[in-house]
Amino acid sequence: MTDESADGNPSQERGEQARYDQARYVDDGQYEPLLAEKDRTEVEIDADDSPLPDDLTRDAIELPELSEPELARHYTRLSQMIYGIDSGPYPLGSCTMKYNPKFTEDVAALPDAAVHPDRSEGSIQGTLELMYRLQDYLARIGGMDAVTLQPPAGAAGEFVGIRVAAAYHEHNGEDHRDEVIIPESAHGTNFATAALGGYEVVSLPSDDEGRVDLEALEAALSENTAALMLTNPNTLGLFERDITEIAEMVHDVGGLLYYDGANLNALLGRARPGDMGFDVMHYNVHKTFATPHGGGGPGAGPVGVVDDLAPFLPAPRVRADGSSGSEQTYELFDPEHTIGQVHGYQGNWLVLVKTFAYIARLGDEGLTDASAKAVLNANYLASQIDYDVPYEPFHHEFVASAGEQDAADVAKRMLDYGVHPPTTKWPEIVPEALMTEPTEVESKATLDRLAAAFDAVAEEDDETLAAAPDRTTARRIDQTSAARNPRLSWQALADDE
Amino acid sequence: MYGTDTTGSPYAPHTDADRAAMLEVIGVDAVDDLFDIPEDVRFDEEFGIESRTERETRRLVRSILGRNDDLTELLGRGHYGYYVPSLVDHLADRSEFLTSYTQYQPEVSQGFLQALFEYQSLLVELTGLEIANCSMYDAATALGEAATLADRVRGTSGHRVLVPDLLLEGRRSTLANYVAGTDLAIEEYPTEDGTVDVDALSAAVDEEVVMVYAENPTVRGTIEGELDAIGDLVADEDALFVLGSDPIALSLLQRPVDVGADVVVGDASVLGLPTSYGMGLGLFACREDYLRQVPGRLVGASEDATDRRAYTLTLQTREQHIRRERATSNICTNQAWVALRTAMHAASLGPSGMVDLAKRGVTRAENLADRLDDLVGVVAPVHGRRHVREFVAHVDQPAAAIADDLETRGFAIHVVGDHEIQVCVAGVPDDRIDAFVTAFTEVVR
Repeated sequence: MTDESADGNPSQERGEQARYDQARYVDDGQYEPLLAEKDRTEVEIDADDSPLPDDLTRDAIELPELSEPELARHYTRLSQMIYGIDSGPYPLGSCTMKYNPKFTEDVAALPDAAVHPDRSEGSIQGTLELMYRLQDYLARIGGMDAVTLQPPAGAAGEFVGIRVAAAYHEHNGEDHRDEVIIPESAHGTNFATAALGGYEVVSLPSDDEGRVDLEALEAALSENTAALMLTNPNTLGLFERDITEIAEMVHDVGGLLYYDGANLNALLGRARPGDMGFDVMHYNVHKTFATPHGGGGPGAGPVGVVDDLAPFLPAPRVRADGSSGSEQTYELFDPEHTIGQVHGYQGNWLVLVKTFAYIARLGDEGLTDASAKAVLNANYLASQIDYDVPYEPFHHEFVASAGEQDAADVAKRMLDYGVHPPTTKWPEIVPEALMTEPTEVESKATLDRLAAAFDAVAEEDDETLAAAPDRTTARRIDQTSAARNPRLSWQALADDE
Repeated sequence: MYGTDTTGSPYAPHTDADRAAMLEVIGVDAVDDLFDIPEDVRFDEEFGIESRTERETRRLVRSILGRNDDLTELLGRGHYGYYVPSLVDHLADRSEFLTSYTQYQPEVSQGFLQALFEYQSLLVELTGLEIANCSMYDAATALGEAATLADRVRGTSGHRVLVPDLLLEGRRSTLANYVAGTDLAIEEYPTEDGTVDVDALSAAVDEEVVMVYAENPTVRGTIEGELDAIGDLVADEDALFVLGSDPIALSLLQRPVDVGADVVVGDASVLGLPTSYGMGLGLFACREDYLRQVPGRLVGASEDATDRRAYTLTLQTREQHIRRERATSNICTNQAWVALRTAMHAASLGPSGMVDLAKRGVTRAENLADRLDDLVGVVAPVHGRRHVREFVAHVDQPAAAIADDLETRGFAIHVVGDHEIQVCVAGVPDDRIDAFVTAFTEVVR
């Protein structure tokens, strides 16, 4: 296909990402050279002008050496070769890619937000108060009794949940419990986390309607059950209507019910994990509360628990010290049977500041409205596309099937229409899955544009799909050769050439 | 109708007409009809969280955080507040960097993938090891991942993990949680005068040891002088030598590969982040032998359909979204944006700037130690070793009282013993160091 955009007049139907080979042609077969290929310098560590003797130092170091303007252009060009939520819709199922309000960056950049973690408690009352208030917000939203902010990501929150469950069972003399039950459609992190915690994973099939199969659950539960990990709505967007019964069944055998917070955006102000019988949950604050994902992180994964589990939470936590007077003061404390730390300090603090600001901005009214519109958007979008959506009624996300088409190819082709595709090929319960979550931040007009992209691709033949994308910065990338011949640094590239 | 004064859900752009049209298409009367939640678990109350305008929210956060005291922090011990150039804030805050997701569609993520590839390359140069991943959460979690890596590559032939008795409690505790699901046992080996006691370590190492961890510099700011001896004795037992460090120290100190390190962990956020109450960036580099056992994401170079170089996440069969319970780690969301900031900060310094920053850490720490040592009732540094960035000082008066007094004068230092304080120069301007010496002189007088 020829380059239709050379005249600078992008197609009406299809989107096009900025391409830097147009503005600045590179003739060495690259879209943008590496810094080290532009200019690098070797600096020798010379004993004569080093404050340390030779045997304590390295001999030399070789790194890129460029001016500030050159760096500014390099990173600006790199940024223009990235699709973010500010570039367009990003309906990645289960990832909850929301718009990120800009003011939260400013509050996280306040000088008072940047303090050393070893400061005395008396000198960082602001930091401790904000942590305390965020713990309280999250406890209310999740219907939980106590919250730790320490886990630096959702999977780290899962790990805390599993470690807390293990410590609880051990405390009760029940350390024979060595199994964690996980639905087959669950997030991969659930399985990896349970394994990291030393548990056997018992996989739970879904029933014909896409929910937990109660008979299979009954069969899986035993005196060896430490916990059942579940998200609700599940990864098909379906609410586990039998949740009260599920909770009773798990509790009856002495197990704990763990809530994966990845889908909490669907429930804000409508239902709370604590009220459903969950004992422990993590919050993906970078999903539910719209703090930026930063190209893969940092996020934060605070964990909420019921009273019985609070003594096992990571140390330290924050509490109000109960002093009277005009200003409440706050202090750190170690829970009685704490599992210790899961991060060197207190987790991803700047993300927590953004989370606090987001929740404080929206409040009850905004949070409840967000879940309503997230569910409205998912249902509207699903009604507008030509692909089959086998499971319903769904909430904030739905899983369409690409049918005879290859879902991964569909995704590549959607890029040519200027939109980010859904999550593909997962959960496996739906063939050629297109797991779609528009979130509340898309307008009807944007959803219509998204649906048009879905439908245009649905009409196209396999050959066209296999050749996609052709309007993105890079064309289809050879994944096989990347894995077969791993080149993971400029040094490896240089060795290769 | 939208904007900073709106409360409610200000980032959901629906007009009333839009909403009505959408409901009609779906075929329901109200949004509530779309929620399939049984009555017994429905939440009909309120959280009791007030909605605020953007301006009110900013004022609220500012007023809460404003309760923090404004202190000059002479604090280190694993977390450092170096000056971060404005370039980093302004470029890293470009919204494509900030608002994108993990690069699962590499064709529209080339910029971030390349930045992460450059970050990996930085670590390869600093450590001399062939492989670096594109981030863990922080130094403590990277250490935990190193232990589970050691467990995997050593199979069943042993269970002992040796760590120095000086190891920070946060790191030790995190490591203990990471290995709780394995049969690994963590044991301490002694240090002598602030660095590894090689004879004692040698006596502790046997064929049951799968991993020995050491740090350079140590948490007390001392520089290890016998790393190659440690590397040799660890190699003799076919255990993994895991070295903890950071990008600034690595710019000057011995190259890990040259002393036999198999894995390097540490906190890379020493470049790119302000103090941030302990937020970090876990550095993880290792030998090529462990490529298929590495935790976390890897960015690799490849080619696209036009044969141009392009980057992509690679070797994902190690990761939990593919391998589930057989994954090398459960890490999914990582610290990509902090890695970007670190790469930017390193690039803005260049190799000379990195080396100079490390060298200044040595000379400025030693100068400050000399000035404190001149005072009556103070011995600095306590350890007869070379130091970088920080050092421990003995004080005749109770250390806690000195720290309290200094705090009222605007300075924060560590208390590390009844009569031991620790002081760090990283990121502290010269005039504040002078002011600190003046205040300290008055306090110990």
